[in-house]
Amino acid sequence: MATSTTALEAIDVTGPTSQPPGPGIVYQWLTTVDHKKIGLMYIVYALLFLVIAGVQAMLMRIQLAVPNNHFVSPQTFNRLFTMHGTTMIFFVAVPVLFGFGNYLIPLMIGARDMAFPRLNAFSFWLSAFGGVLLYLSYFAGSGLYGAGSAPDVGWFAYAPLTSKVFSPGHSTDYWTLAVLLSGIGTTGTAVNIVATALCMRCKGMTLNRMPLLVWLYTVASCMVFVVVSPLSAAQIMLCLDRYLGSHFFDTQAGGSAVLWMHFFWIFGHPEVYILILPTFAFINEIVPVFSRKAIFGYPAMVAASVGIGFVSLSVWAHHMFTVGMGPAGNTFFVFATMVVSVPTGIKMFNWLATIWGGKVIYRVPMLFSVGFLFQFLIAGLTGIMLSSAPFDWQLSASYFVVAHFHYVIVGGIMFSLFAAFYYWYPKMTGRMMDETLGKWHFWLFVIGFHLTFDFMHIPGLLGMPRRVYTYEAGRGWEVWNFIVGIGAIVQGIATLIFVYNLIHSYFRGKEAGPDPWDAWTLEWATTSPPPDYNFAMEPTATSARPLWDLKHPDDQDSSYE
Amino acid sequence: MVLGCFALLSCPSALASSPTNIFDPAATPARSIFSLSMLVLSVTLAIFLIVGGLLVYALIRFRQRPSDTEHEPAQIYGSNQIELSWTVIPILIVVMLFLSTTRVIWETEAANKPVGALDVIAIGHQFWWEYRYPKLGIVTANELHIPTSDPRDPTPTYLEMSSADVAHSFWIPRLAGKTDLIPNRTNTMWIDPPEAGLYLGQCVQYCGTQHAKMLLRVYADSPAEFAAWTRKQQQIPDDNIVGNPLAQEGKATFLRTACMSCHTVAGTSATGRFGPDLTHLASRETIASGPIENTPGNLRRWIEDPESMKPGSLMPAMHLNDRDLDAITAYLTTLH
Amino acid sequence: MTQTNAIPISADEQPWVLPDKGIVGMWCLIAAEAAIFLIFVVAYLYYLGKSLSGPTPAQVLELPILGTICLLSSSLTVHAAVTALRRADVRRCSLALGATVALGSIFLLTTAQEWHHLIYEVGLTIQTNLFGTTYFSLVGLHATHVIIGLLLLSAVLLFSLGGHVTAHHAERLEVLSLYWHFVDAVWIVVFLVVYVIGR
Repeated sequence: MATSTTALEAIDVTGPTSQPPGPGIVYQWLTTVDHKKIGLMYIVYALLFLVIAGVQAMLMRIQLAVPNNHFVSPQTFNRLFTMHGTTMIFFVAVPVLFGFGNYLIPLMIGARDMAFPRLNAFSFWLSAFGGVLLYLSYFAGSGLYGAGSAPDVGWFAYAPLTSKVFSPGHSTDYWTLAVLLSGIGTTGTAVNIVATALCMRCKGMTLNRMPLLVWLYTVASCMVFVVVSPLSAAQIMLCLDRYLGSHFFDTQAGGSAVLWMHFFWIFGHPEVYILILPTFAFINEIVPVFSRKAIFGYPAMVAASVGIGFVSLSVWAHHMFTVGMGPAGNTFFVFATMVVSVPTGIKMFNWLATIWGGKVIYRVPMLFSVGFLFQFLIAGLTGIMLSSAPFDWQLSASYFVVAHFHYVIVGGIMFSLFAAFYYWYPKMTGRMMDETLGKWHFWLFVIGFHLTFDFMHIPGLLGMPRRVYTYEAGRGWEVWNFIVGIGAIVQGIATLIFVYNLIHSYFRGKEAGPDPWDAWTLEWATTSPPPDYNFAMEPTATSARPLWDLKHPDDQDSSYE
Repeated sequence: MVLGCFALLSCPSALASSPTNIFDPAATPARSIFSLSMLVLSVTLAIFLIVGGLLVYALIRFRQRPSDTEHEPAQIYGSNQIELSWTVIPILIVVMLFLSTTRVIWETEAANKPVGALDVIAIGHQFWWEYRYPKLGIVTANELHIPTSDPRDPTPTYLEMSSADVAHSFWIPRLAGKTDLIPNRTNTMWIDPPEAGLYLGQCVQYCGTQHAKMLLRVYADSPAEFAAWTRKQQQIPDDNIVGNPLAQEGKATFLRTACMSCHTVAGTSATGRFGPDLTHLASRETIASGPIENTPGNLRRWIEDPESMKPGSLMPAMHLNDRDLDAITAYLTTLH
Repeated sequence: MTQTNAIPISADEQPWVLPDKGIVGMWCLIAAEAAIFLIFVVAYLYYLGKSLSGPTPAQVLELPILGTICLLSSSLTVHAAVTALRRADVRRCSLALGATVALGSIFLLTTAQEWHHLIYEVGLTIQTNLFGTTYFSLVGLHATHVIIGLLLLSAVLLFSLGGHVTAHHAERLEVLSLYWHFVDAVWIVVFLVVYVIGR
């Protein structure tokens, strides 16, 4: 071992910080550049939008519970699914993942803040204003010329439905500007994450000792540069079309509708990986701690993530198997898409091997992680079905696809996010989340999830298209849609329990102490919640698990490097 | 999901009850997709059982027990041999799936067009379908008639697809996978049902307010029936109104009002192309692109206030008085 | 556990060098910006010759030789400014910065002149056809980046004339110069695509 390690109590060396008299707590939060406060704001903001978009989902399921229903009008329904999709992707999934990243990355690499704290705040507020702008459309989307309030073009907004001709008024302008703003915010945060991971690591933390969470966030952020920018570019073009009368997506003037599809999905598909890599990251931290074993195959995990990052850049047109790319194009994208399953499979097997031979402790974070593992396995397998282009000609744009990507996003991303909430909540607040409520939340959510999304595959196989506000009776879809609706309500109840648990535990939760899970990464080496400066002394990393080395002086990780 | 899917497969009654089931193929493209999908389903099911089984075993076998000592389990950091094996095996599976997928892609998309093929131009509109038979001189809407195709002497129908406004997609699950109709672009697909019958489907690319009620009806007729239908469609139904004063009045009103600027009735001065061709409207079983049965009562209500039957439809209410409504309905019902 | 809430620290002082965060951040930004330009370039190339009406690029575009020479040589002058500042030669640095700003401004003027010609004499606007749409957006996007770069360089120039720039700021100026080199590199691509391949 190159360095001698000593243990040092993390005493607050500066003494109690005296708050300068003046601005109140609201002002402090509004003007903060502290990565932990910004991270928490991201998370709270995302939770708020999660509730809104969840209610939208519920309304849609009520409408679809029986055929020929008149619960909402077609216009309202089209707005609901557009807002639900846009909100969930841009204003729930991205912010909540960046929130966790913001909070955890500096702590895990032993830094005192992100590389660019002010850029961090700027990016957050850009995203935040994006979300507010999107919802302002409900009040102002009619514009001067009437026609429509909230956007109703679908979250991938295929041209030329978004042109002034087919979408008069300002609803689509709200959509495109909100997404553009959030895209710029996302890029800013991604720059920050990469710069932080590369330039702010504490002493001894070489790249091959960096926690997997930081690695995966770095890969995801690098993907942001190359895939969110095309979306921003396409949104700029759409704005030019709508405001200055240019013809990028104007099919009447020779423009191409397919070009928009390409630009959108160059963003749209890698975006899924941008969202799923951070959730893999959570699983990479939580499964080892609750199996009491080091992660199996650290280098392979890093390589697989980088591999997913690269391959996923060449799969986008598998969303376009039905637009007539011709057999050669289709064959290429089938191949690229199927290849992605290899590195993803490696991750699955490495998690299995991490559990193998361990001592699995079934606390709530681990329960959600186990849910993730099963559901992500199934989502991956339905993904293989969809990657087979001819099968996709039948399945695409049907409810099977809706079920598949909700399996990824809810069954995968959401479950691992819940795991992350239960796991890092003690670090963020200093208190444990209630275990009993957590178990209620878990089991109800599992039941609701499977009722909804298992049975949602079936109407897709029976020919039900997505994005229909109602459907004909007698096509064999009624029963399944009814079951799906019940499942949605169960999930809603479970989510309410979760939100209650968050609030309840903040005031009544058990004191957590600095390291409640007996974990191994640096964030558990400081107090809960950490002080403004994170660490009283700059820590040193002796291996990928510095706290393991500290706790097991006779069996050091570093001796296996 | 996998459980649900196989519960469905093992329960034929659930399958038969749906007229739009992808696992009940009735034409060559749908059938070759079906056999590919069975292969893909069995491979993925096998993977699920193996990996899921290992996961369940590990989660139960290696749980923490009360009798456990405080010691941490042995730390294992990885194994190159094992990791290599679970990289290579998935690669082999991927190659296998890729090759069988490629075969079906080329079989369907690069198939040779037989001489007996019928050409139809399909054009998507917000929110209805236009069909033109260039060699037969027929224009119709919403209800596509095609001949059945005998596998020994195939007479498939080749659809050349485009759109007049936004993107749509054509999907009859029992006949073939979907193909998008995109403005400023032409796509083709083919179908060849050997059995006569009505095949249902609907638009599957979100295209605006009434995307949900842009239904598809494909009638596969026996060769004799199809020939009869063709003859009838090629005639101009101009003498049907002789001796029917109300219908005569209706025709005059139809040609006097804005109806004619969007609709065509062959043999008259109405040549609009924004709405469906009405030349043989009465020969169709449905109106408004599928969701409404074609009865005089429904037709009258539809003309009076389209919004009440298909909100968001681009057909405007013309604010006609009762007499005009009756007359136009009477005229339209003569257009056999 | 016995040793919770302990920070592992190392007693011995080893050298621990990490990359400069400004440089890393700028490279990230460049990657993102490059992707935006790439999409506009793809759109330009995809729509080449697809306009339903005239004018065509061959009819109306002239090679912008003067502007190109000025912009490319401004890369050299900004590099000279960084080198001078590293050697703490603030005067030389200010001179080189001034030259950079001047050269960049000449480039902008030539672009403005070209646009004026196209809009008022030829009658080609962003609404005319697909060529107008893609041309004005691509060249306009680049010109926007030139303007941002000129504003930042002018700010540094003002600071250095006011005596607020010292050798300590060499790294920061280098970050800015990276951006300027990127803007120049993009111009080479735009020049090739619009004025060479596109005609």
